[in-house]
Amino acid sequence: MTRLRRTVLAALGLGLFLLVWEALPRFGLLNAALVPPPSAIPAALASEIRSGVWLAAVLSSLSHYATGLLVGSLLGVALGTASGMFRLVEDLTAWIVRLIRPIPGLAWVPFAIIWFGVEPAAAVFIIAIGVFWIVFFATQGAIRGVDRDLVEVAEAFGFRSARARLVKILLPAATPGIMVGLRTALGQAWMAVVAAEIFGVPGVGQRMMQASSLLATDIVLVYMLTMAALYGLIDSAFVAAQNWLLRWRT
Amino acid sequence: MADVIDIRGLALTYERDGRRTEVLRGLDLAIQPGEFVAIVGESGVGKSTLLRVLIGLAQPSAGTVEVRPSPDRRESRLPPMALVFQDSRLLPWRRVAANVGFGLEWRGVPAAERRQRAQAMLDLVRLGDLGSRWPHQLSGGQRQRVSLARALAEEPDVLLMDEPFSALDSLTREDLQDELLRIRQETGRTVLFVTHDIDEAVYLADRVIVLTGRPAGIGAEIRVDAPQPRNRRDPRLAETARALRAELSQRSAEL
Repeated sequence: MTRLRRTVLAALGLGLFLLVWEALPRFGLLNAALVPPPSAIPAALASEIRSGVWLAAVLSSLSHYATGLLVGSLLGVALGTASGMFRLVEDLTAWIVRLIRPIPGLAWVPFAIIWFGVEPAAAVFIIAIGVFWIVFFATQGAIRGVDRDLVEVAEAFGFRSARARLVKILLPAATPGIMVGLRTALGQAWMAVVAAEIFGVPGVGQRMMQASSLLATDIVLVYMLTMAALYGLIDSAFVAAQNWLLRWRT
Repeated sequence: MADVIDIRGLALTYERDGRRTEVLRGLDLAIQPGEFVAIVGESGVGKSTLLRVLIGLAQPSAGTVEVRPSPDRRESRLPPMALVFQDSRLLPWRRVAANVGFGLEWRGVPAAERRQRAQAMLDLVRLGDLGSRWPHQLSGGQRQRVSLARALAEEPDVLLMDEPFSALDSLTREDLQDELLRIRQETGRTVLFVTHDIDEAVYLADRVIVLTGRPAGIGAEIRVDAPQPRNRRDPRLAETARALRAELSQRSAEL
C-alpha cells in the first residue's frame, strides 16, 4: 500500500511540475522563446528524428561515450590493480598522481584539440580521462582492501604466483568495489560527452550548441531529455549486469 | 612403519617493528601414517604457527620438516598437506562445488574431473545436494564441511586442521567431530588437529601433544587408549582429559 502511495505521489509531483512549466510561458509569465513549454517538445523531437539529425547525433555521442568509457576503465583497472598490488608501483606513482589528478578533465580540452584536432578522438580522450581517475581510485582501493585471509587460502592451496593471486583472488574479490567506481564513471562520462562535443565534435553536444545559437530552445530541450533518457537506460542496464555479476553476495 | 611427517628441531622467530619474538623452539614431532594427532595449548602459544609452517605460509628459522609420501603417491603431484582453517574461508564468489575444486585447479586437473572429485567430496561430507549453492546460503556448520571437503579433495598425505570447530555452536561441533571421525575411518587420512579444547582433543585423537612455553616446545604427550568408535561418556576419555588438564596447569605454573 505504501509503495502504491509513493508511486502515486511521485507521479502527482511530476504532473504538477509539468503543469506549472506549461502554464508559465503560456500565460506570458515567461518568454516562450527562452523557456519553451513541455508541449512543444514532441513536435521538435519528431522533426529532429524525421530529418535524421537526432539519430546521427545520438549514435555519434554514444560511440564517443562507449569508446571513452572502455579506454578509461581498462586503463583505470589495469593501473589501479598494479598500484593496489605492488607497493613499489604505488610509491613510485604517488606524487605523479597527486600532481595530475586535480587537473579537471575539461582543462585537457586545449591539448585534446592540439593533439587530435576537432575529431572524435579528442572527445574520447576527454571522456577517458575523467573515467580513468574514478576507476583507478576505485580499483586501487578495492584491490588493497581484499581480505588477507582469502589471499592466504590461495597460498595454502598452491597459488603462489602474483598472476594466480590476481586472477583467483584479487580481481574477483575486488569486483564489487570496481563496479561501484564504474557506475560513478558511467554518469561522469555522460557529462564529459556534452562538454567534449560543445567544442565542435559531432554529436549531441554539438547539436545543442547549434540549436542554442539559433535560439531553437525546444531543440536544446529535446537533447537534454534525450540524454537523461539514455543515461537512465544505460544505468539500469548496468545495475542489472552488476546484480547478475555480484549474485554471490547476500 | 615409516613416519609420514618428521619434524626435527623446528624453530620460528618472527620480527615485527624491530622486535624479535621466538614462537617455537626445538620442536620435534613424528607422525605415523593414519595417525590422528591433536595439539593442545593455550591460545597464542604457537599451535597455529606450527600448521602455518607445515603448509608453507610461514618459514621456519631453523629445523627440518620431512614429509614422506606413501609409495603409491610418490609419482603424483599431489600436495603433501592441506589445511582446514578456523573460519571456513570459502571464496564467496564461487559456488560450493567450485570452492571444493579450488585446490585442484593449479595442478591442471581437467574441469570434468574436478567437478567429479568435488561432487565425491561433497557426498563424503554429506552435502551432495548443495554443490550449486553460494557460500552465503550455507550455515556455519555446512560451510565448515565444505572447507573440509576442499581440503580432502587435495588427497593430502596429512590433513591439517586449525581449530576447525571452535567457532561453531556445541551441537554442531559434536556433530562435526563425529563426521570427522567417520571420514577419517573411511579415508584413512592422517590428521594433525590443533585445538584449545581438551575434551575435543581427547575424543578425537590417538595421541595428544601439549604445546607449552614461550618459545613453545612439546611439553607433554599423552596417548588416548580408548578404542574407536568412541563414546563421549567413556570414563577412559575423562581420565585422559583430567591428566592433560593437570599437565597443562602444571606447565603454565612453571612459567
